[in-house]
Amino acid sequence: MPHPGENHDEVDHGRRRFLTVTTAVVGGAGVVIAALPFIKSWEPSARALAAGAPVTIDISKIESGQMVRFAWRKLPIFVVNRTKEQLADLPGLDPRLRDPECKETSQQPSYCQNTWRSIKPEWLVMIGICTHLGCVPDYYGQIKPEPFDPHWKGGFFCPCHKSRYDVAGRVFDGVPAPLNMVIPPYHYIDDVHVRIGVNPKGAA
Amino acid sequence: MAAAPDAWKPRNRTLRWIEDRLPVFGFLREHTVEYYAPKNFNFMYFFGSLALLLLVNQIVTGIFLAMNFNPTSAGAFASIEYIMRDVEWGWLIRYMHVTGASLFFVVIYLHMFRALMYGSYKQPRELLWVIGMLIYLALMAEAFMGYVLPWGQMSFWGAKVIISLFGAVPVIGNQLVEWIMGDFLPSGATLNRFFALHVIALPLVLLLLVVLHLGALHTSGSNNPDGIEIKQHKGADGKPLDGIPFHPYYTVKDLVGVGFFLLLAAFIIFYQPTFFGLFLEHDNYVPANSLVTPAAIHPVWYFTPFYAMLRSVPSKGMGVLTLLSAIVVLFFLPWIDRGKVKSMRYRGASYKIALAIFALTFIWLGKIGIGESTWIGDTYIARVLTAVYFGYFVFLWAYTYFGWERTKPVPERVTMHE
Repeated sequence: MPHPGENHDEVDHGRRRFLTVTTAVVGGAGVVIAALPFIKSWEPSARALAAGAPVTIDISKIESGQMVRFAWRKLPIFVVNRTKEQLADLPGLDPRLRDPECKETSQQPSYCQNTWRSIKPEWLVMIGICTHLGCVPDYYGQIKPEPFDPHWKGGFFCPCHKSRYDVAGRVFDGVPAPLNMVIPPYHYIDDVHVRIGVNPKGAA
Repeated sequence: MAAAPDAWKPRNRTLRWIEDRLPVFGFLREHTVEYYAPKNFNFMYFFGSLALLLLVNQIVTGIFLAMNFNPTSAGAFASIEYIMRDVEWGWLIRYMHVTGASLFFVVIYLHMFRALMYGSYKQPRELLWVIGMLIYLALMAEAFMGYVLPWGQMSFWGAKVIISLFGAVPVIGNQLVEWIMGDFLPSGATLNRFFALHVIALPLVLLLLVVLHLGALHTSGSNNPDGIEIKQHKGADGKPLDGIPFHPYYTVKDLVGVGFFLLLAAFIIFYQPTFFGLFLEHDNYVPANSLVTPAAIHPVWYFTPFYAMLRSVPSKGMGVLTLLSAIVVLFFLPWIDRGKVKSMRYRGASYKIALAIFALTFIWLGKIGIGESTWIGDTYIARVLTAVYFGYFVFLWAYTYFGWERTKPVPERVTMHE
């Protein structure tokens, strides 16, 4: 056998390049496919999905102006029984908000794309997670001047990075949070029971 | 390692900038493109690179298993079921890890047998062999501890039996056993410390040993099926005439080996993941129970040759000593075998026969060790086989020390069959 490299003139460079490229492409595809199960293994497991099933909550004990927290998929669900005063102030806040008309469709189901961002005006059902970096904002329901806003009409204040939301979870302009807080899919089973995680019948 | 001023430099300016400050590319080049390996490697030379592939497989799949494993006596077994049933693709990752562990030993045993066939442990590669043996030891510890983690019946009783071996140490034996277990029986404490050793300590040791193994290999250069030193015949350019650059020649050749190997591994993973109860034992699908020992208690197949020796000796102390000696004696192989001719191709006929008997003895001991048979005859056979196992080393020493071996002439240059 001649020593490798001794017969330069017999090397078919085109063939060699073809073989190198095809081997690299097929091998690369194999590596990508082999990586998929490992990437997929980070997705919520069957157990997490089962734990993330819809939940039913009872809102009969929530008084006017009060907020109660529930958990769905381990996420905090804020349920607020909004007062007439709180609701009346909502349209007037529009000029101070980033997205007053809730045009960002990913932030609420279509059946909640309205002024009060809910199915029934007084009842707010919302994922209480700040859209800035995922903290849980505090509920400041009273209509009174607050240290962070002298014209406060009730809403949510995130203590971490000072983002402010109105009582419909709409974000104020000039704060770090980019979007309104998320409204989950939900529907009323009856007057006092709400199913979170499932759209109303006939709604997308 | 440090590049001389006139040494090779990358052409790309950015790479050159890096190379001037940290000569990584020169280092890589020195150990791939400029590492000359004998051109007559045969099938037996696939297993080094396959062992490396398996090490990577075990580390990657192990990291992903650790993400979902719960190292407590209450949660371990359930977390394995969780991985198998609920985690996306968890079953594949676990089967890759389990199959990888068994195939690691298949590959390592063949790799070691290759060294016996061609005298790769002989001067100047004694240290290479000793480091390899340390890798084998670390691998056995790693495999044993990994086997305990699922906390099934075999895990528990395997841990109990193996740790109890330390009870044979005179005077401090019993305290030593309790110290290793951190309890009076294998318990959550044992499981938790084995988990730490399995996922952090031993992998670090293994990686270090592999680096040293490769360092020693690249210092003396690879042996070959003819057992001759290619460095003794260099061309005008200072390169061995019978050597070819490791890259691209052997990287490409090894890729072919990897392809066939992966095909085989995939077949096991997808169609026979328990490998007929050899890679994954049925009894280990029963949660650990400290009150009941399974009917057939034996280690996984790769430990059974030594286990058969242990069982065949009618004394606890001597049994453990026999098991230990069977492994320790391998470390001294380079000094037991005094023969100057490396490859069995040119060694005496008795060497070839002895090596074949040695290999068969090892396999037969493995078969007895795993056997669920309680036949009394097995014990006597195992005793004979244990004697043959050690007899191999005695024979090898005498055969070479007293000059009884009649070797054939060794060629000057490597032989090719084309």
